[in-house]
Amino acid sequence: MNEFKRVFGAAAIAALAVMGGAKGAWAQAEVEIQFYFPVAVGGKAAESLGGLVAEYAAQRPGVKVDAVYAGSYVDAMVKAITASRGGNAPQLAVLGAVNLFMLLEEDLIMPIDDLITSDAEREWLDGFYPAFMANSQAGGKTYGIPFQRSTLVMFWNKEAFKEAGLDPDRPPTTLAELVEFGKKLTKRDAAGKVTQWGMRIPSSGYQYWELQWLIGGKLPLNNADGNKTNFDDPRVIEALQYWLDLSQKHEVMASGLLDWGATPKAFFEGESAIIFTSTGNLTNVRDNAPFDFGVGFMPGVKDLGVSTGGANFYIFKGSTDEQNAAALDFVKWVSAPEQAATWTLATGYVAPRPDAWETPTLKAYAADFPPAGVSRDQLEFAVGEFMVYEQYTVQSFIDDNIEAALTGQKTPEEAMQDAQRKADRLLKKYR
Amino acid sequence: MPANRGYDDVGRSELTDTPRNPFASSKARFPGLSRFRPRREAVYGWLLLLPALVLLFAFTHYPGLITIWRSFFSTARGARPSKFIGLDNYVTLLEDDIFWQVLWNNFFYALGTIPTSIALAIVMALWVNRKLAGRGFLRLFYFAPTMLPLVAVANIWMFFYTPSFGFFDQLLGIFGLSGPNWLGDPDTALLSVIIVAIWKEAGFFMIFYLAALQAISPQLEEAAMLEGASRWYFFRRITFPLLMPTTLFVLVNAVINSFRLVDHIIVMTGGGPNNASALLLFYIFENAFRFWDTAYGATLTVVLLLLMALFGIGQFLLLDRKVHYQ
Amino acid sequence: MNQPFHTSRLDRALNTIGAWVLGVLWFLPLIYAVWAAFHPQEYSARFVLLAPLTLENFAEAWAQAPFARYFLNTFLLVTLILAVQLLLCTLAAYSFARFAFRGRNLMFMLVLMQMLVMPDILIVENYRTILFLGLLDTIPAIGLPYMASGFAIFLLRQSFKTIPKELDEAARIEGANILQILWKVYVPLTKPVYVAFGLVSVSFHWNNFLWPLIVTQSVETRPLTVGLSIFFQIESPADWSLTTAASLITSAPLLIAFLIFQRQFVQSFMRAGIK
Repeated sequence: MNEFKRVFGAAAIAALAVMGGAKGAWAQAEVEIQFYFPVAVGGKAAESLGGLVAEYAAQRPGVKVDAVYAGSYVDAMVKAITASRGGNAPQLAVLGAVNLFMLLEEDLIMPIDDLITSDAEREWLDGFYPAFMANSQAGGKTYGIPFQRSTLVMFWNKEAFKEAGLDPDRPPTTLAELVEFGKKLTKRDAAGKVTQWGMRIPSSGYQYWELQWLIGGKLPLNNADGNKTNFDDPRVIEALQYWLDLSQKHEVMASGLLDWGATPKAFFEGESAIIFTSTGNLTNVRDNAPFDFGVGFMPGVKDLGVSTGGANFYIFKGSTDEQNAAALDFVKWVSAPEQAATWTLATGYVAPRPDAWETPTLKAYAADFPPAGVSRDQLEFAVGEFMVYEQYTVQSFIDDNIEAALTGQKTPEEAMQDAQRKADRLLKKYR
Repeated sequence: MPANRGYDDVGRSELTDTPRNPFASSKARFPGLSRFRPRREAVYGWLLLLPALVLLFAFTHYPGLITIWRSFFSTARGARPSKFIGLDNYVTLLEDDIFWQVLWNNFFYALGTIPTSIALAIVMALWVNRKLAGRGFLRLFYFAPTMLPLVAVANIWMFFYTPSFGFFDQLLGIFGLSGPNWLGDPDTALLSVIIVAIWKEAGFFMIFYLAALQAISPQLEEAAMLEGASRWYFFRRITFPLLMPTTLFVLVNAVINSFRLVDHIIVMTGGGPNNASALLLFYIFENAFRFWDTAYGATLTVVLLLLMALFGIGQFLLLDRKVHYQ
Repeated sequence: MNQPFHTSRLDRALNTIGAWVLGVLWFLPLIYAVWAAFHPQEYSARFVLLAPLTLENFAEAWAQAPFARYFLNTFLLVTLILAVQLLLCTLAAYSFARFAFRGRNLMFMLVLMQMLVMPDILIVENYRTILFLGLLDTIPAIGLPYMASGFAIFLLRQSFKTIPKELDEAARIEGANILQILWKVYVPLTKPVYVAFGLVSVSFHWNNFLWPLIVTQSVETRPLTVGLSIFFQIESPADWSLTTAASLITSAPLLIAFLIFQRQFVQSFMRAGIK
């Protein structure tokens, strides 16, 4: 915690200097950093982050953090790239964990390793969950510090389980069981019209993320260098076939695309008895579900694995050493147990370090609301998120083709081969 | 707003619907300057024009031309600078199945929105031009969609289209039916956004027709009534031809809008499923501002410019004449 | 079909019913928005007649996003655009209508081209220009591509041309210079055109989305539409009670304005000859 003391000490001296009336010296000591952040899921995340920044400001009078809300993950990325190209890069940004290769290609970010000066800091850096760090490293260096991280989790409607004659406290644990449960949970009226679907895997927005769960973590969709994809692997095709079968063969899920944003609402309205969505929706579901619900591991996760998601801190190039130090200090402060706990409590994101879960705040939270710990416990089986060069373009290839398969325009095999062909054509130049 | 007419000096534009100006002639000079040499007048003319021209060139003509130039270069990415690649972008374009799909989508979108919204606009205008009960409210109802930001209403429409607990499905549920997955099915997604566009535009076009109808003398209708003409006959032979300049104006607007408005696509479908509802401008936006492939974005823009040019020429050759002689 | 029209009662009734059916259908999304915005979240997809009313959604939406700032931005934006449009386009239209110079027809053609190739189409290159000018994320950046409006120049030119030149002469004899003549003779006589164009311009830019989305990046510059779309992303888009409340907040000023000025609106269109 040397850095902490140094900055804090400097701040304290500076504060004294101000009191002594040495205003000119004070103005020079102030470091200003600009910090972009997105918020991708519902809840009061932006507000809560504002609170954290204000708290930081109160503790570090020598540093001014200008927090800029930049919109969705994509918007924030666009904004960061544009600003940097215009010579106006922020010092710090929270951007999608999967944007690492894009940021490297644009040469915008610096390795955290270069900023680290002490063993204590090294220890801090090593203290994050390994599953989250999977998207932080490339070429042996660490670039991203996990912040608003998440995994998919399963939400189930306990009342619907009871009505279907299922044990409300025992959710499905394998993909085969999921189908079985789904059949019991799918209700039809006298005319054969479905009044409640067994489950809902959202398929517009984050399609590849859901697919990665069905494929399993043992087969990443990309290689370590981010220049090759495995879309046409038989196991990927098989996973997509399973997804398609849920609606076409087993008829336990509505057909066509199911909107990501409307998924929690579909759950509240009793349209679907089980939903699979980001743990970032936890607070939203807790506040709005009009029935008793459970939160659990993704079915089959112990064999399959699940993909992490969300965003990391990145420190941008082109700033002064003081700014870099201040940026790192802010990141360290925010990821410290108490702050990480506050953030988790407000948003439902997973606190990215084990030590945060040891705080009284989170202990009490997890005891009072056990679902909060599900995503964390699931991390043991989690893998990194799909990540390549030209991420959004390649993502569009697989997402479009998942959509094509789920809406019956292509077979899963055709779809994945098409995605692979397009990805190959694009990523060739990075090999 | 015909792009090809009205540039001659005689005030012959039928759009203004005013008699020829007897004082104007093709050699007219600014009267206050008639004692000066023409050169002086030209200087004033150019000076007055200059501010507008600068902006116009900077944001319409220059970007239009430079887009073509840029379509021959690759996109700069990180360490890789942009370089001349000839027709490579166009080869990519021709091989890009999404591009062709988007082009067809846009064609069907135009076909779906333009005639329907114009027809509805005429019907609306005829109705609110008559003394119907609650005419003021009807005008508001028809016109309201135009006043609302498309972004805002697109979100409301998403509720209408949501399967099972959405508005349409609840409505159909009363009759024991269930609707399609409107936005989530490639067969209905484009139709769904077309409906929103029609809803948004018909009221806007209605205002133009209403203004035109109010300019038509009521005596015409009385005379026709006395002659025993049917309403349909009167509409077909009198009203509709008189509305022709309006129709031309509205048509041009409608065509441009079918290429220009993609707000609802961004909010409602993101172009999906599998690009079933993506339009050309949306695809340009996606490529340039989501995928950061600005060179390909420029290449796609060239196609859009080409379409607009074709439309301009087509309008000159066909519609212009029709309006003139009817 | 050979019957006199506008006479029978039945005909009148049918038309009234037809008009109202369409009217209600057209207004339905707005009716729903009002429903969802004034009821608690759990009723946003449930239509129970006696559902409790609340203003909570408006309060929450207002608190969740800086709508006051967005309003200010939009207000500044539409005012700036309209002011510059009126100034530049008046001068240009005057030039086209009353001055003879070589290349005038060509220039007018180029102006008219802008009505076909709207700035919205050239987003890729215009973005580059704005970036080059260092104006990214400023309110003028949103307005610049629209300020020289081909449509306004065309409309004003057509109207200016109908003004008798004797009026020019009279003003000139009184010693007015060309700008004074423009201001004292042409502008007052073209008022309906200005009003009509003003209405079109304001509602267009109040609702414009794509270009502002691209060139703005901060709360200080975002207009309402962009702010709204971001609000939809923060509050999951399916929370319709909040999103409809926000939508109503952003659209209220224009809707109310139309309600009040409806008659003048149509009349100005008529007199302006936009039809």
